Amino acid sequence: MAESTSASQNGIGQSVRRVEDKRFLTGRGQYVDDIRLPDMAHGVVLMSSYAHARIVSIDASRALEVPGVLCVLTGQDAVADGLGGMPPLFMPEDMGGPKGYRTYRPVLAVDKVRCVGDRVAFIVAETALIARDAADLIEVEYDSLDSVTALDDAVRPGAPLLWDEAAGNRCCEVAYGNAAATDAAFENAAHTVSLRLESNRLCANSLEPRGAIGQYNRSDETYTLHTSSQNPHGARTMLCAYVFRIPETQMRVISPDVGGGFGMKADAYPDDGLVLWAARRLGRPVKWIPTRGESLAGDNHGRDQVVHAEMALDVAGKILAIRAKSMHAFGAYVVSAAVAPLNFAVRFIPSVYDVPSFFATSAGIFTNTSPTGPYRGAGRPEAAYVVERLLDEAAARLGMAATEIRRLNLIRPDQLPYSTHTGFVYDSGNFPKLLTECLDLSDDIGFSDRRALSQRKGLLRGRGIGFFIEQGSIFNDQMTIRFDPSGGLTILAGTHSHGQGHATVFAQLVSEWLGVPFESIRHVQGDTDKVAFGRGTYAARSSMLGGCALRLASDQIIEKAKSAAAKLMGVPVQDVRFDAGQYVLAGSDRRVSMVEAARASFIKAGPLAQLGVGLEATGAWNTDPPNFPNGCHICEVEIDPETGVVRVDRYNAVDDIGRALNPMICEGQLHGGITQGIGQALFEQVIYDRESGQLMTGSFMDYGMPRADDVPMFNLRFSQTPCTTNPLGVKAVGEAGTIGAPPAVMNAVLDALRPRGVTHLDMPATPLRVWQALQDASSTSTTARSRSTP
Amino acid sequence: MKVHLVVNERPIEVDVEERTLLSDLIRDHLGLTGTHRGCDTAQCGACTVHLDGAAIKSCNVLAVQVDGSTVTTIEGIAPLEGPLHPMQEAFRECHGLQCGFCTPGMVMSAIDFTRRCPNPTDQQIRDGLEGNLCRCTGYENIVKAVSMAALKMRS
Repeated sequence: MAESTSASQNGIGQSVRRVEDKRFLTGRGQYVDDIRLPDMAHGVVLMSSYAHARIVSIDASRALEVPGVLCVLTGQDAVADGLGGMPPLFMPEDMGGPKGYRTYRPVLAVDKVRCVGDRVAFIVAETALIARDAADLIEVEYDSLDSVTALDDAVRPGAPLLWDEAAGNRCCEVAYGNAAATDAAFENAAHTVSLRLESNRLCANSLEPRGAIGQYNRSDETYTLHTSSQNPHGARTMLCAYVFRIPETQMRVISPDVGGGFGMKADAYPDDGLVLWAARRLGRPVKWIPTRGESLAGDNHGRDQVVHAEMALDVAGKILAIRAKSMHAFGAYVVSAAVAPLNFAVRFIPSVYDVPSFFATSAGIFTNTSPTGPYRGAGRPEAAYVVERLLDEAAARLGMAATEIRRLNLIRPDQLPYSTHTGFVYDSGNFPKLLTECLDLSDDIGFSDRRALSQRKGLLRGRGIGFFIEQGSIFNDQMTIRFDPSGGLTILAGTHSHGQGHATVFAQLVSEWLGVPFESIRHVQGDTDKVAFGRGTYAARSSMLGGCALRLASDQIIEKAKSAAAKLMGVPVQDVRFDAGQYVLAGSDRRVSMVEAARASFIKAGPLAQLGVGLEATGAWNTDPPNFPNGCHICEVEIDPETGVVRVDRYNAVDDIGRALNPMICEGQLHGGITQGIGQALFEQVIYDRESGQLMTGSFMDYGMPRADDVPMFNLRFSQTPCTTNPLGVKAVGEAGTIGAPPAVMNAVLDALRPRGVTHLDMPATPLRVWQALQDASSTSTTARSRSTP
Repeated sequence: MKVHLVVNERPIEVDVEERTLLSDLIRDHLGLTGTHRGCDTAQCGACTVHLDGAAIKSCNVLAVQVDGSTVTTIEGIAPLEGPLHPMQEAFRECHGLQCGFCTPGMVMSAIDFTRRCPNPTDQQIRDGLEGNLCRCTGYENIVKAVSMAALKMRS
């Protein structure tokens, strides 16, 4: 009885409080920097201070004289030791697309640096402070080259080339849709609108900086890496296959508590290779922990897109076609899953709208900047921003309300399943209902009064809509359920929680399915020696892949333990069925719990021993098809025209996340995602000086992180339309906020500013930009007025 | 240089370089790794501890500057085997943490804030925690947690 009570309190759909919280709240989490190994040395990476330069020479002699310095490693040393470079995880040609130029990023630059932050040398010393002092004494002679940090500069004819093999700094390009049909639709359209939009370069800025500790065991020639990663198995594959060229049996990768990732920590970095290599050379563990400035310079960034987008409409405002030409800055190297945002940024432009014709190209461009990779949303925020900005532009042109033009174009429920021109099949959802519900939630009726009230205070109020749909999950993964002799259950997860609360949610699922007490379930992740295989967590993949894999593993467990249960009851196995956590003998009150059956599977002699030893099962699930979370977000801002300050006054969202496994955690994901989306819209931008290529946003003094007083309380509702293509009915939740918020906020800002003549702004809408746009608009209208005066 | 402190009610004496930050002393010399380093510029607040009862950013103070002071870190606000501090309990109840990295600093700031402002409005909480960055929660549940804890700490 106690077990079933436990399941109902901690079961699926309950806002169960998190089991991982206590250690974090008491300061007993264990992040990489908290690990201290005996005899550990400390490494510091010397980063390039030039955006683009030839390395003429590196003189480390003065650094090596500093007492406590153990070694200084350079790119030439890496070449001599046979270390290879890191390719991207995939290129368009790997998925049947056109061929591009694949770079292999070395752990240390060899003859040329291609961005500020490129790794030039690795200094190891007894303490981190000594290593930093010594790094300052290394004399690198650079032969400076012209650099390009902005997309428009990089593709200009005659622009300096990062890679001789990549003409025009073009790495690769993808295309989706039908160009001829789309062009024809534009020719016959009653209205067309076009916009040039920027998706600003961002840095994930997980509060825990990426860090790593390398170890090398000479007795069995194995490496151990502790790294702040979302994907330890993936890091192992990259490091073994490409950097060290060794079998994966020779490397163990451990990702302990990880303080946020947001996609930025999804793959191995040069620094991971450096600590392992230095550990092997020195015979001592080597720890590397960057400063925040080094994280801002050296982490993979996100977004950095310029897109020219057009929409063709009929006389009533119905979309006829969308056309887009997009460029994504890949930075100095194509790394990680950089190609994912390249694809998603155009594939999701049609969004939740019925778009009869579509054509878009998306090009990956090399620039003298830190590489870009997937950052929370990975292309979906860019896509949603394009279509939502186009719709507001069209609505303004046609004199329609923002709600009206969307209602006219939303895919109707009776059109589902709906195939887009970009290869998606939306299985479920109710987009018109989301709009109605979100308008209701946002107090649509009171908006005009609120706007008038703001006006009386001298403030400009605007309201914006951000609709979106996205792909939840990617690739396949596996989960293992293992019982121990005491009947305790351990989940060995291929996924990796770094804030998402998997230890709680997965235990909720298994507890309910197997009738095992919630409190007795242990969750293990992030160690390649403990978990046979996994792909980690990114792309909002864990609820569906982890959840469904656990469902299949649970079903196997129920089947496997049935024989033991039957033997315990002394009845034929076919008479036993599993019901609500118990094996029951049909037509009787005889029952055996899962825990009892599990314990029986460890009996060492007698009839039960003939069934084998132990109870364990692994389930796998695949992202084919993915799920399609979608949502309608409505934001209201108030702008002070005297200062240009934008205040987010109200934020409403109705999100279809399918079945919510733990609503408290789902809401938390929305809160954090929306705040990052507001950050992109209003505060955040990685800025490189266009002339020198220097990083201008090298600290939290310069990079605008959203703070507690920058965001309001959020007004959220979940519309749980179950996904029809996975047995749990789940849709992803991790990225929703970062996708919906940028268009909702920017459309609100422009809604507030349009009456003053401002029709366009790029993100982030900082006070300076807003104020300047108001000044420009007012001087334009003054000029126009004075011209019309006789 | 020798520094004498009382840390979590335990007197300690440590020999440190002059340039050692209080945060480094706490983490590297005392092994109290609940105090986190999240930036280099006293912007993120992950290193917040109580110095003679008031919240400070320990990355912004030299260890030698605070010789003779009393320091409380996240490890020192609740007994090892006992119940959580009401602020910790409220963070758990309200889901005021995700990855947990900003959490110790956030809790230490919030405890000091509620002492100074025992009956805060949501806006006062937001203003009061403006010096602590969180990248995961969007702050909403932190505001709720501080509000809940303030109520409990008043009664």
